[in-house]
Amino acid sequence: MESFKKIKSIVTPLDKVNVDTDQIIPKQFLKLVQKTGFGQYLFYDWRFENGTKPREDFVLNSSKYYDSKILLTRDNFGCGSSREHAAWALLDYGFRVVIAPSFADIFYNNCFKNGILPIMLDSQSVEKLFNNSSEIEVDLLHQTITTDDIVIPFEIESHRKKTLLEGLDDIAVTLQYEDKITMYEKSKPKL
Amino acid sequence: MGMNITEKILARASGKTSLTTDDVVFVNVDKVMIHDVSGPGVIAVFEKLKKQGMKIDKLWDPSKVWVAEDHFVPSADKISAQNIVLLTNFTKEFGISKHFKYGMGQYGICHTLSHEEAMVLPGEVYVGGDSHTNTTGALGAFAAGLGHTDVAYVLLNGKIWFKIPPTIYFKLNGKLPNHVMAKDFILKIIGDIGNDGAAYKTMQFGGSGVSEMSIEERLTLTNMTTEAGAKSGIIEPDQKLRDYLSARGATKYNEVHGDQDAQYEKLYEYEASELEPTVAKPFSPENISVARDLSSIELDKAYIGSCTGAKLEDLRAVAKILKGRHVKIRTEILPAAISIFKKAMDEGLLKIFMDAGVMVGPPTCGACCGAHMGVLAKDEVCISTTNRNFPGRMGHLESKTYLASPLVAAASAVTGKITDPRDLK
Repeated sequence: MESFKKIKSIVTPLDKVNVDTDQIIPKQFLKLVQKTGFGQYLFYDWRFENGTKPREDFVLNSSKYYDSKILLTRDNFGCGSSREHAAWALLDYGFRVVIAPSFADIFYNNCFKNGILPIMLDSQSVEKLFNNSSEIEVDLLHQTITTDDIVIPFEIESHRKKTLLEGLDDIAVTLQYEDKITMYEKSKPKL
Repeated sequence: MGMNITEKILARASGKTSLTTDDVVFVNVDKVMIHDVSGPGVIAVFEKLKKQGMKIDKLWDPSKVWVAEDHFVPSADKISAQNIVLLTNFTKEFGISKHFKYGMGQYGICHTLSHEEAMVLPGEVYVGGDSHTNTTGALGAFAAGLGHTDVAYVLLNGKIWFKIPPTIYFKLNGKLPNHVMAKDFILKIIGDIGNDGAAYKTMQFGGSGVSEMSIEERLTLTNMTTEAGAKSGIIEPDQKLRDYLSARGATKYNEVHGDQDAQYEKLYEYEASELEPTVAKPFSPENISVARDLSSIELDKAYIGSCTGAKLEDLRAVAKILKGRHVKIRTEILPAAISIFKKAMDEGLLKIFMDAGVMVGPPTCGACCGAHMGVLAKDEVCISTTNRNFPGRMGHLESKTYLASPLVAAASAVTGKITDPRDLK
């Protein structure tokens, strides 16, 4: 997993509440068995008309946001199905940060497993970011979001922060202790 | 200070004598489930780890893992057929014997198998690669859905960490009237608290109304806790549960009950006699209305299926309405597991359905998640016993799904409009 320290980017404003994982990555793509390549299908039905023609009125199709690494959205982002493909698709498309007033639990967890930083902010701060059109900087170490005029602090659990900063997923964290686990297993009587 | 059932289960599973809301604990998992979407997802995670040099040649305990085929069976196309092969090879490679295969006796929707086959027992910690894993909490277990990486982690280590969720208690006073089902009750709750009203919380159900409910009805309550954003849903074990499990060969388990002075974050109280047949309008389960207020909505289809709405009692409720009547719109009934299909056949329900003009199909998640087998076209309107109605959930992005109880769905199938079962002539 890629580590996360600081990201400076323009923000893609997705002004919708309750975006469920089937909007993020529709069910027909769940059959694909790899962790990469889902970016092309991100927000598929919103991005494309009949699966081919880009919809001009959808924010991701505006050239202004092509290089954006930060997605800004509304309440309860990632609700619905537990499919981790939603996090895989966001990452593959290029998003490393998702900012919202609230997230659905399983999606929120899945982000951390894949090197995406989900940031929960109060609605007022989210509103300020929706009104900001220039680049912002997200600094995980100092837990701040900096725009041209303001600095917004954000909360994150310390162990999640550590794993993101170091680029470790839980399995990798366990691997750090592999020697100790092996020793323990050897010392255990066989059942 | 006393602990509630969820805290006590998680304390036991983490070797602690006491804990409280927001504590983070590393718990031993008793059972884990994967299906034909999360299974290949987990395999993808394993493949990536192997590429990074990790050796994966055994699971923590294959006897505690079970596998369902439900989302894309009968195989919807070449890729989904391939995924079943992948899943089969996986279970062979790692020695998982509990694989419920399509076309080989018992199979069905994962959450239905969890109770039909007593795969999960009271007091256990159960995790699954599906958001509706919460369903099984009605068996007095801690049951929660996880993403693929987390499931992969559990498969390798048998443990996972949880932050102890606060519990909201929903108390139902009195027995539900005949025309009201558990589905109406849970839709009403979601309407009241909103679709993130229980985010990272446990929803516990109790009171005389829940004691009166059958186990299958209780499973409808816990199933839809996911639609309020809950981490888990749970109901304390009682004699009805013991009888239900014993009929399925499970008699040995360690029940857990909350303490008398257990703490709950909030209490909601409902009077059963005041509840009405309730429908969730597009495009969210929180968007509720009483069925009678929607009697002008014309429908194209009725869908009676899924882990939420195709258990045996759901089918009995539908049969009660359809007996001697004909459907006016195309109607599909897909029992949620083969065991239920068989019981419905033995009880003569399938004949009632087919005499009414209904199409009876095999167990599958199928059109509930818009995958295959009866998905909706643009602008089509469906009444469904399923659990979600987000845009495009059952097919085209511009199709519409109304969520309802089996009684309301069946009554609506007869009239072609959304119908309160009391108003059926």
